[in-house]
Amino acid sequence: MIQTLMPNTNWSMVLPIAMVAVAGIFALILEMLFPKRDNNLIVWASQIGLLMAAAMLIRQFGLETETSFAGTIIRDQFGLAMQLVCVIGASATIAFSEGYLREKKIPFGEFYPLMLWSTVGAMMMCCTENLLVMFVGLEILSIALYVLAGISRVEEKGEESALKYFLLGAFASGFLLYGIANVYGATGGLGIEGIGLAWESKDPNVQALLAFGLALLLIGLGFKASFFPFHQWTPDVYQGAPTNVTAFMATVGKTAAFAFLFRLLESATAMQAIWAPALGLIAVLTMLYGNIVALMQKDVKRVLGYSSISHAGYILVALIAHGKNPGRIGPETVIYYVLSYTLMTIGSFAVISLLAHDGKESTGLDDLRGLWQRSRVAAACMVVFMVSLMGLPPTSGFFGKLLIFQDALNADLLPLAVVLAVSSIVSAAYYLNIARLVALTDGPTEEISFARFRPAIQNTCVLCAVAVIAAMVFYSPLTQFLSSR
Amino acid sequence: MSGVPLAAYLALGLFMFMTGVVGVVIRRSPIVIFMCIELMLNAVNLTFLAFARYQFSPMVAGNSFKEGQSAMAGQMMVIFVMAVAAAEVAVGLGIIMAIFRLRDNIDIDEMNLLKG
Repeated sequence: MIQTLMPNTNWSMVLPIAMVAVAGIFALILEMLFPKRDNNLIVWASQIGLLMAAAMLIRQFGLETETSFAGTIIRDQFGLAMQLVCVIGASATIAFSEGYLREKKIPFGEFYPLMLWSTVGAMMMCCTENLLVMFVGLEILSIALYVLAGISRVEEKGEESALKYFLLGAFASGFLLYGIANVYGATGGLGIEGIGLAWESKDPNVQALLAFGLALLLIGLGFKASFFPFHQWTPDVYQGAPTNVTAFMATVGKTAAFAFLFRLLESATAMQAIWAPALGLIAVLTMLYGNIVALMQKDVKRVLGYSSISHAGYILVALIAHGKNPGRIGPETVIYYVLSYTLMTIGSFAVISLLAHDGKESTGLDDLRGLWQRSRVAAACMVVFMVSLMGLPPTSGFFGKLLIFQDALNADLLPLAVVLAVSSIVSAAYYLNIARLVALTDGPTEEISFARFRPAIQNTCVLCAVAVIAAMVFYSPLTQFLSSR
Repeated sequence: MSGVPLAAYLALGLFMFMTGVVGVVIRRSPIVIFMCIELMLNAVNLTFLAFARYQFSPMVAGNSFKEGQSAMAGQMMVIFVMAVAAAEVAVGLGIIMAIFRLRDNIDIDEMNLLKG
């Protein structure tokens, strides 16, 4: 009797997630066994765990789509690729964390387990079509990030950013949950695959519940992905949180939100008459607002915060294009863009983390002057990242934007494509300004304002810069690999 | 219980949710904001349970095994929401404590270090 009730489960599908979680537990045990020592051992344990998870993900590439765990976990190429992006993001962040945390005098070992568990939540969101599992994943991701944002306990800025992030994050999950409740009332289940069917039923009550629920769900996810009217927390939190946590939030946290939004819009294709105009407007406002306000910022972390808002707008264009015609426009664009965005964002935050020195960190734009004298490698990498964020060749940012542009034209979204191009041109102003400051050779050379140049940070910068260029050069094998079917 | 229609529960849920949203927007103390967020989550729980009992109840004659599963999904969700809310409280109060130690004051109007 018990036998028949046990759903057929395929454990290998959650093995990468379990691997990252176990690596986190293992890292925590290491921290307890050797307290107050340097954290290199923990860093290595975390990196090995992430590497094994990546290997497990790549081994599953190309397998056929399958669901398990009573239909709550789905394995498809999109989910695997997005999980891989999350793992790459976490690994790159951890690589430059140790040097930064020591300069900042917050060398807590529990930082690494929290970051790994946060990654677990992000990976869960990438591989599910179930609203309950998505919600739990989102909270695992967010709760660990609230702690990480405030990990610098003696710094008022850090705590303020943690409180803002926490209150707005909890507020957003309230909206998300109310949306889930209404979708549940309309479809009678927590899977998003029922949305299309329920909409086709033409029952006005069901349709009203669905439209209301979907709107609330989009608000909740829009907070996480920082789309225009729900973006207010982004610059504040990015500025106040430790730089490596900001890098993680801006990449892995957003990747997870985009992954679920992608699936949600795909299953709500039948309702596109309702969501497509609204999201199109949001995308336009997000792109323009992010880029225009970034022009007036004086803090480099805030500039990158606004730049990440505008990049969320670009990705939203790709999501709308896919959601309108899931059959014609594949997931390659989203995967490629998110990967390239992750690499260039983490790389630029790794360069910025050099501004921390001896427990202090001032991140004004002028503090970037003189980086060229301090480290040519870091300055050159920063220029590469800025060129890529701007969207110029020979970098992956260029190809990513080109793909989104093509998708938008294929999906008859000409206005969005035009706004994308225009706002990219606007963005050139502030990216070029950062590149200019970094490359200035006659700036005041206050060597003290920079950290001792640690090899791990340098390697992270160089690796990200090389990857950003390689992702452009080897574009076609990469996309074939990521979307192997 | 059979005398109360589903719409009444949904309306109460909506009212509680809106009260929570308004409270989050207008109140100044993080603790009160936090209570308002809890009110929002409880409104969600009420909505879930009302749907599970009325819309998909297996006890109504003629409803099938699938309806039973639907009802169970909603009830399960409520348990998860409560557990997650408890975890959020733990972290949130920790952050508020840390701020109180730094500046002896937790008014969010005075949190204006971060602006651009």
